[in-house]
Amino acid sequence: MSVTGPRLQPTLFERSRPGRGGGKIPHPPKDALARIPAAARRVDPPALPELNELEVVRHYVNLSQLNFAIDTGFYPLGSCTMKFNPKLNEWAARLPGFASLHPMSPDEVAQGTLQLLWELEGALTEISGMRAVTLQPAAGAQGELTGILMIRAYHRARGDTDRDEVLVPDSSHGTNPATASMAGFRTITIPSAADGGVDVAAFRAALGPRTAAVMITNPSTLGLFESRIGELLDAVHEAGALAYMDGANLNAIMGRFKPGEAGFDVMHFNVHKTFSTPHGGGGPGAGPVGVGERLLPYLPEPRVLRTDDGGFRLERIGERETSIGRMRSFAGNTGVLVRAYAYIRAHGGTGLREVSDDAVLAANYLKHRLEGAYDIPYDRACKHEFVASAASIKQRTGVRTLDIAKRLIDHGFHPPTIYFPLIVEEGMLIEPTETESVETLDAFADALIAIAAEATSDPEAVTSAPHTAPVRRLDEATAARQPNLRWRPMTGLETPCPD
Amino acid sequence: MPYGPHTADDRERMLGALGLASVDELFADIPEALRASRLDLPPPEPELELAARLSALAARNRTDLASFLGAGVYRHWSPPVVDQILLRGEWYTAYTPYQPEVSQGTLQSIYEYESLIAELVDLDVVSASHYDGAAATAEAALMTCRATRRDRVLVSRGVHPHYRETLRTYFGGGLVLEEIPLVADGEDAGTTDLAALERLLAEPDRPVAGVIAAQPDFLGLLEPMPEIGVLAHAAGALFVAVIEPVSLAVLAPPGAYGADIAAGEGQPLGIAPQYGGPYLGLLASTDALVRQIPGRLVGMTTDLDGQRAFVMTMRAREQDIRRDKAASNICTNQALLALAASVYLATIGPHGLRDVAAGGAARATELQTALAAVGAPRIHPGPYLNEFAIRVPDARAVHRRLLDHGVLAGLVLADAAPDDPSLADGLLVCATEVTTSDEIARFADALGDVLRGRPPVAVEAGAGGNNGATTGTGR
Repeated sequence: MSVTGPRLQPTLFERSRPGRGGGKIPHPPKDALARIPAAARRVDPPALPELNELEVVRHYVNLSQLNFAIDTGFYPLGSCTMKFNPKLNEWAARLPGFASLHPMSPDEVAQGTLQLLWELEGALTEISGMRAVTLQPAAGAQGELTGILMIRAYHRARGDTDRDEVLVPDSSHGTNPATASMAGFRTITIPSAADGGVDVAAFRAALGPRTAAVMITNPSTLGLFESRIGELLDAVHEAGALAYMDGANLNAIMGRFKPGEAGFDVMHFNVHKTFSTPHGGGGPGAGPVGVGERLLPYLPEPRVLRTDDGGFRLERIGERETSIGRMRSFAGNTGVLVRAYAYIRAHGGTGLREVSDDAVLAANYLKHRLEGAYDIPYDRACKHEFVASAASIKQRTGVRTLDIAKRLIDHGFHPPTIYFPLIVEEGMLIEPTETESVETLDAFADALIAIAAEATSDPEAVTSAPHTAPVRRLDEATAARQPNLRWRPMTGLETPCPD
Repeated sequence: MPYGPHTADDRERMLGALGLASVDELFADIPEALRASRLDLPPPEPELELAARLSALAARNRTDLASFLGAGVYRHWSPPVVDQILLRGEWYTAYTPYQPEVSQGTLQSIYEYESLIAELVDLDVVSASHYDGAAATAEAALMTCRATRRDRVLVSRGVHPHYRETLRTYFGGGLVLEEIPLVADGEDAGTTDLAALERLLAEPDRPVAGVIAAQPDFLGLLEPMPEIGVLAHAAGALFVAVIEPVSLAVLAPPGAYGADIAAGEGQPLGIAPQYGGPYLGLLASTDALVRQIPGRLVGMTTDLDGQRAFVMTMRAREQDIRRDKAASNICTNQALLALAASVYLATIGPHGLRDVAAGGAARATELQTALAAVGAPRIHPGPYLNEFAIRVPDARAVHRRLLDHGVLAGLVLADAAPDDPSLADGLLVCATEVTTSDEIARFADALGDVLRGRPPVAVEAGAGGNNGATTGTGR
């Protein structure tokens, strides 16, 4: 329907007709459930839709065409590293030897996957300069929780139990304070310095015997390298606290900066950012965590271990008493980790350094192209991303960053991350990644510059954008006030389904 | 760099525009003392060689076994349409639908996912989605504490040991987690001990926020869920049901027996085992708990022209808005696996799902009969759906020897639950609709031989086993 006809789709439930579908699973004998007591059985069957396979395929293919994706266009969503997702990796994860392996298989059945995981741990250890890596956390935020729980265990083991505060800069990802709360800590927010960097003096003032940890993103969410990081790490350790590095922005610094060497005690990796595993419309990811010497004993279980005969095995539960325990079921998001492994192998050490070099070069080039048309609040070399601002445009024309973002859609681009970090007025965080060509970067810059001009010449065209998307701007207020979170049989009150 | 577009000229052009001689100048802000040592990794590998390396690693895993291993992850037939839909780049290379105008595909598919799972669990609010069954259960437990402003949660020992271990990790910060024992013997052996639950709930000055039990439980047994719910509610606690989604085609859903929250592992809905993930954490609740549920919610709304459309909603629960006051730190979730589950359910349909559940039950009956006939009876007398524990002398050694016969004889319970002596000689085995009579015969014959002390017969290459019968999605 995307080439011709209406683009929006009816729901699966509206497409359903009783009696359609079937042919997938043999019918079991009639008495198959005879031994299930009546009290435990379902009385009303679930009202799932009935569709034949072609309808399912058309439904999901047509729906897919309502999505913007890396495979369809430039997606400069800052802080998310929307780089190309190599197709080899999808193939590899689907190899039957990997895909059909049960997670509770005996170690001797799982040697191939265990070897891959062990090698991947080694590669991430080398990239980060840490002492060891766990692959268990399911995503970056769970990696953060893993790190903070290890820090808690470290302080407790030393009898240092009064440390109940975690310091985060005001430019941090929301996951940092949310993680601290989840682990039972109080968050202390530290304002950034005027140049966008960490305010070392403010951190020093806040550090003390209550401080358990400091969480730092480096490069920061403004795309700036924290040049005073050495000084800050010294202060953190002098205060008896530990330093957590949010690795969301690792794509900028591979081969240039190893957080473990610099003195960070723990960090997480976002493999769906740095190591090209797909974002999947919101997930899955994987959030491996690297630790330095101090936190080594507390790594979650199970770790992947090398045996004396050169094989591999999973650590047994309870084998290492100092462990913080298990973060989730089984070994981790192994299917995602297979992709990350393939990516790292394809690049090698030289290739990964080139990735960061090209990502940083592209971001600086794009920033340079936008100077003049947009405010660039932090005018120094950025890393893999940068913040531009429409504050002056808004003052002049009333057109906001949100409007500019929506207008970009009409030019065929996904908008950047907007209004994050929270500390920049009318900010847009732009991350081009290393896999976009110069032609694409130029076309995007041209579009943004054209929109800036249009904000003066025809502001209405911008504030009413997008004009070419499948839907116009949405009524989010009603959605939140009167939530409709699941399909119910039509009552006549709903908006009619599209034809 | 294998996937980069830049030619030497491109780089020169960009550097020239910036007035730089070398990209090194862009890293001058890294203090010299903190610059990285050389990145010591193997050299880049061309795709042809890398593909061979990956194939060889995959081939080192044994996939020739007739498997009776379940224990929370189940082999099922996943129609190829599921994975082929997932392989469309418009799905898997998009991200969180922050810009709803260009994300209606993802948003509508999430709304449909919420609706499909709501039907299965018979609850109204479905979060889309969590990491896995263990993390979803931990989030459910934290929800009960927030909603009741109490800090003590009771979890049945019938809940998967990995989930209980995860709960312990999540609860280390001041919340209290206690385990409800299982009935030791008699008709109800292996299910939650209701008398013990009653005692735990009645302890003075120790109010309980939530009670967690699994249906079926980890040993495959059917729990008295309505009774557990009544006891929990009488004490002012919320009731969390840990569910297996395929079973809900035939077993009473959480909403029908009064559960406030359902959590569980969505892997059986078309997702391949892939050694632990990515899977799909299911989490659903009653309407009353909608402000407490963590994770993504998508609602129906309209656009400026009045067209029906979908959007992320009730975002004030989420970390990027609410920071330290958020309901959870979850950000990246398992959206693509939620899509897999939706495509699976849409394809297989309500009757197909019932056939999957009932077919597994029928195969399990066949398996139970065959194993009992060679001297491996069930440990527990109570009803089960498609998984059960058998008693085998020296279970760990037998399990090991059966691998030589090409049989993965389920799970050694002494490894999974080392603190329960009643399971010391136990193997947990399961059957699903993909289990064949040949596989069951191979298992029973081999077990009989091992128990009688006979040496293994050589397994013919390709005889039975997985044979790719469970494609699942390689997600």
